[in-house]
Amino acid sequence: MFFRMIKGAFTRQWKKMMMIALTVALGSSLATAMINVMMDVGDKVNQELKTYGANITVVPKSSSVVNSLYEIEGADTQAYLLESELGNIKTIFWAFNIVDFAPFIDTKAELGGEQIRLVGTWFDHHLELPTGETLNTGVQNLRTWWDITEGEWLSERTWDKDTDPVMVGEALAKRMSLHSGDTVTLSTLSGNKDFVVAGIYSSGDEADDEMFAPMDTVQLLSDKDGYLSSIEVSALTTPDNELAIKAAKDPGSLTISQYETWYCTAYCSSICYQIQEVITDSVASPVRQVADSEGAILEKTHLLMLLITILSLVGSALGITNLVTASVMERSNEIGLLKAIGATNGAISALVLSEIMLTGIVGAAVGYFAGFGFAQIIGQTVFGSSIEMKLFVIPIVAVLVIAVVLVGSLPAIRMLLSLRPAEVLHGR
Amino acid sequence: MSLLQLKNISKIYGELKALDDVSLEVENGEWLAIMGPSGSGKSTLMNIIGCMDKPSVGEVILDGRDIAKESDKGLTEIRREKIGLIFQQFHLVNYLTAVENVMVAQYYHSLPDEKEALEALERVGLADRAKHLPSQLSGGEQQRVCIARALINHPEIVLADEPTGNLDEANENIVIDIFKQLHNEGTTLIVVTHDPEVGEVAQRMIVLDHGKIKTDRVNPDFGK
Ligand SMILES: Nc1ncnc2c1ncn2[C@@H]1O[C@H](COP(=O)(O)OP(=O)(O)OP(=O)(O)O)[C@@H](O)[C@H]1O
Ligand SMILES: [Mg+2]
Repeated sequence: MFFRMIKGAFTRQWKKMMMIALTVALGSSLATAMINVMMDVGDKVNQELKTYGANITVVPKSSSVVNSLYEIEGADTQAYLLESELGNIKTIFWAFNIVDFAPFIDTKAELGGEQIRLVGTWFDHHLELPTGETLNTGVQNLRTWWDITEGEWLSERTWDKDTDPVMVGEALAKRMSLHSGDTVTLSTLSGNKDFVVAGIYSSGDEADDEMFAPMDTVQLLSDKDGYLSSIEVSALTTPDNELAIKAAKDPGSLTISQYETWYCTAYCSSICYQIQEVITDSVASPVRQVADSEGAILEKTHLLMLLITILSLVGSALGITNLVTASVMERSNEIGLLKAIGATNGAISALVLSEIMLTGIVGAAVGYFAGFGFAQIIGQTVFGSSIEMKLFVIPIVAVLVIAVVLVGSLPAIRMLLSLRPAEVLHGR
Repeated sequence: MSLLQLKNISKIYGELKALDDVSLEVENGEWLAIMGPSGSGKSTLMNIIGCMDKPSVGEVILDGRDIAKESDKGLTEIRREKIGLIFQQFHLVNYLTAVENVMVAQYYHSLPDEKEALEALERVGLADRAKHLPSQLSGGEQQRVCIARALINHPEIVLADEPTGNLDEANENIVIDIFKQLHNEGTTLIVVTHDPEVGEVAQRMIVLDHGKIKTDRVNPDFGK
C-alpha cells in the first residue's frame, strides 16, 4: 500500500518531483565536483605553482653559508656536489613527490671583451634511475616562465653531436647582436670553444645576461667533470605546520614518533632532510617564498571551494524547501483526508519524506555523475589534467544530500503536522 | 450509558459562537439527522463529534472517553478505530483507484486486504468499477467509494456531512438505501443534511439555528 501510494504520488506530481530531483542534482553535482577537486587540488595546485620554479635548492655544505656563486678566480676554494649522486634524489622516501630537478655548474667565459657567466645544466635530460624508472627532467620544466624569443628550447636529446649548442639570454644576445643559428666563440680557462646558438630566451632576471649550455660541455670546459655546484629540485610539498617548523630547525629535537610523522609527511623540510641524506656534504633548503605561498594559496583555494560547496548546498536546501512546501500545500486535501481516516502525523511524514528521499536519491545519483563531469572540466580547464575519482566522496555526498533534503523538507513537514483535517476537508 | 454525550459544548470563533451551549445524547444504533440553515453550526458540530476538532467549552464523551482531554494522537486513534467519515466532496485520493482508496483506510487502521476492500465496493454496487480512478467515476460512484471507505473498518459511528449534496435523486436513493442497511446492522448514523428527504428517513432529527438546538424530535413515521 505504502509503495502504491508513493508510486501514485510520483505519477501525479512527476513535474514537481523532477524539479526536486533537479535541485538535488544541482547541489550534489557542485558538491561532488568541489569535493573531488578539493581532494585532488593539493597536488594540482602544487603542479601549477611549480611553474614558478624550484622550491628546494641543494648546495655543497661549505658554500651554503655564503652561497656565493662568484668565487675569486683561480682560488678554487669552492666545494662541489657529486654528479654521480644525482639519481639518488629519486630514491628518497618521497621520491614520487620530486617532480623535476636539474643540476647546475657554472664557469666564466669571455665574449667580445665582456666577462659572462656560462651555466651548464640539463635541459631535457633523459635519466635512467637505479630503480629502473626513466625520467626526462631539466630546466625546460624548471624554467617554464622563460620566453623563447628566437629559435627553440635547447634539446639535449635531439641536438646533433657535431656542434655544441648554447642558449643565450635576451639582453646578452642584443648586446652581442646574436641570433639563433649563429656560431659564437667563447674564450674560457681551457681555451676557445665554438657554440651554436640554439635559442634566445627572455627570463626577466639575471639569467638574461647569461648563457646556458649542456652540463657535460661546461664541466669539461671548467675542468670539473663529475662535479656540480648546485641542484634545483621541484617537489610537491604539504603545507608546513608547527611540527614541520620545529623539525626544520632541528630534527634532533623531535621525539621518535614525532620524527616518524614528520619524516613520513611530505613537508618541505622532511624532503630537504631526505635529500641531504642521499647527497654527500650537501645542504638542501627550501626556497622559502615559493613554498610558503604554495601553502597559503592552497589553503585559500580550499576555503573558496568549501564556500562554494556550502553555498550550493544551502541553495539547493532553499530550493527544496520551496518545492516541498508547494507540494505539501497542493496536497493539503489529501493529507487532511489521510489524517481524518486515522493516519498519524508520523505515518504521513514518513510517506512524504520517503517520496522526497527517493527523489533526492535519484537526483543525487545524477548529480554525482554530473559533478564528476564538472570536476573533470574544472581539472582540464583550470589545472590542465584530469581529476581522480575518489570513492570516499560518495558517502560524503550521500550524507550531505540526506542532510540537505531533510533540512529542506523541515518547513513542509512542520506545515504538514499543523494541518487540521477539519479545516481542509470542509473547504474553508 | 449513551454512546455519545455532548455536555454544554460551545465553539467560539472570536466574537462568533458557531455552537452555543449545545447538549446532546446519541444512543448506540441511533440514526440521527442534523438539519438547519447554512452557517447554523452543523459542520462545526460534525467536526467535534468526528474528533477532528475540540469544543471551546464543554465535554464530549464518546464511548466513555472525553475527547476534549485527548491529545492529537489520541483523537487520531479514536477516528481510526471508531468513526467512519463521509464527505460532501468525497475526498478520494485522486491517484489511487477505487479499491486502493478503500485500502488506504485499511492500511492506516490495520492491514490492507484487497479482497475485503472489493467486498466493500460490491456492497455499494461498485464491484465493476474497482480499478477506476476517481476521475473516471461519476459523482454518485465517487460518493459510494467514499462510503465503502468509511465502512471498511466497521466503525461504531458513521458521520456523513451532506452526503447527498452533490448527487441526483437516483444516487441519493442508493445512498439512503445503504444508510438503511447500516441502521439495520446496528451502526450509529449521524447525517448532516439540507435535504428534507434525507432528514425525513432518519429515526431522530435535530435542527440547529445560530449554534443552538432549536428542535429535537423523534420521527413518528420511522421504519414505515
Ligand atoms: N475556523 C473557523 N473560523 C471562523 N469561523 C468559523 C470557522 N469555522 C466555522 N466558522 C463559522 O461558524 C459558523 C458555523 O459554521 P458551519 O460550517 O458549522 O456551518 P454549517 O451549518 O455547516 O453551514 P453549511 O450548511 O453552509 O455547511 C459559520 O458562521 C462559520 O462562518
Ligand atoms: Mg457545513
